[in-house]
Amino acid sequence: MEPLLGLASEDWQAIFLTLRLATLVTLILLVIATPVAWWLTTTQSKLKPVIAAIVALPLVLPPTVIGFYLLIAMGPSGPVGELTQSLGLGTLPFTFSGLVIASVIYSFPFVVQPIQNSLEALGKRPLEVAATLRASRLDTFFTVVLPLAKPGFITASILGFAHTVGEFGVILMIGGNIPGETQVISVLIYEHVESLQYGQAHRLSAGMIIFSFIVLLLLYGFNQKQKTIRVIN
Amino acid sequence: MNIKWLPCSAYLKSSLIISILLSSLASAEQVTVAIAANFINPMHKLVAEFEQQSQHQVTLVSGSSGRFFAQIHHGAPFDVFLSADSDKPQRLIALGLALPSSLFTYAYGRLVLWGMDNKQEITAKTLRKADFKHLAIANAKLAPYGKAAKEVLVQLGLEKEIRSKWVVGENISQTYQFVASQNAQYGFIAASQWPAADFGWLVPESLHQPIQQDAVILTRAQGNKAAFDLLEYLQSPAAAVIIQDYGYQVTSAVSNKSGQ
Repeated sequence: MEPLLGLASEDWQAIFLTLRLATLVTLILLVIATPVAWWLTTTQSKLKPVIAAIVALPLVLPPTVIGFYLLIAMGPSGPVGELTQSLGLGTLPFTFSGLVIASVIYSFPFVVQPIQNSLEALGKRPLEVAATLRASRLDTFFTVVLPLAKPGFITASILGFAHTVGEFGVILMIGGNIPGETQVISVLIYEHVESLQYGQAHRLSAGMIIFSFIVLLLLYGFNQKQKTIRVIN
Repeated sequence: MNIKWLPCSAYLKSSLIISILLSSLASAEQVTVAIAANFINPMHKLVAEFEQQSQHQVTLVSGSSGRFFAQIHHGAPFDVFLSADSDKPQRLIALGLALPSSLFTYAYGRLVLWGMDNKQEITAKTLRKADFKHLAIANAKLAPYGKAAKEVLVQLGLEKEIRSKWVVGENISQTYQFVASQNAQYGFIAASQWPAADFGWLVPESLHQPIQQDAVILTRAQGNKAAFDLLEYLQSPAAAVIIQDYGYQVTSAVSNKSGQ
């Protein structure tokens, strides 16, 4: 294969794998994180600080801690590994599914927190109005909450996606560096650098910087626009 | 000499003390060693012995040879480099970053096929059975032990057959970890990592190119006596005993094909 943009086919394979991983993880996270953010916003429970702390854990834990425990938990004698084996799924380390699960855990707070912030900013008023109009809770969520909290969801998606693309330590520890399965961009860059292939490392790294800058530019540009709209309204 | 009786005492006393301190520092120097991760266990022991004999102070930094190479290239404050291969010290010499006269081979590594399941013996035939899911090997591009493992698989005619079962550790420590956590059933590890009680197959050296691990003094440590003393110690018979204790060899046996 002709090298496209100076990148070898293994580089492209890693790029597509990373994008596939990040897309899938973002979609899963939106589905899981939304009810959690909703619960955290509305609950009166004494458990709230406990759950909030658990949600935020991946923010402060070094990826090596998460990777190390995932490797053990998902292994043949770990609790997760025993479960997946009894379901006939085998074990998760060294598989794409394993990376998806690890990334969902790792990027969880990056999706929950923006959603939670925007839900909290809504306040109770729109919900009460919806309730007096006899909207069901589900109805309220889809026709009132979701449109009003849209900026939060968009920020959450961008952050979740970008954070998964930038993931390294956890994947290095549970991935096994298999091309097309677990060899994502960050791991491949690391391999290029360590094996002194600085040219390839440069091209991929520069690509990552440009990508990250564009993502953040979109994010901040979008937030700016939202603020202007709010001011005008 | 009793400094109490000297005139203008305070000033002179302190300058005397400083000069005494300085002279003692001159014989006991400080050396920082960048060392390939596979050799860290024997090195701890070697350094303990060395420090007792010499009064020098040794700081060990363990990691991957590829990363050390990049760091040294960009001015990292290491005095001695114990690489996991022979290529990177050569390159540093070519770049003028290491002293050619200091280059020597401190150890030859041995490879072991290892597994945690101690029900059956591990032999050359183990990998021909289909009853395992993953074989952990170190990345052949990064780790000399990975390169050697790949050569063994080629020699056994198994490379293509079990390619799909490979999981690749970034270095030999991670490869060990994949097997130790039982996520991979077997793995090629360094003999220095091999737990004594476990089954394993010590791979004959005839099946791969020698894993030649070279050491070199970096140019910035030209005047550092501790660096030279340490390398001299590493080539001593006393050091050889410790190095061999950890599953390394101090001379290559690869030309001796009769041992196959």
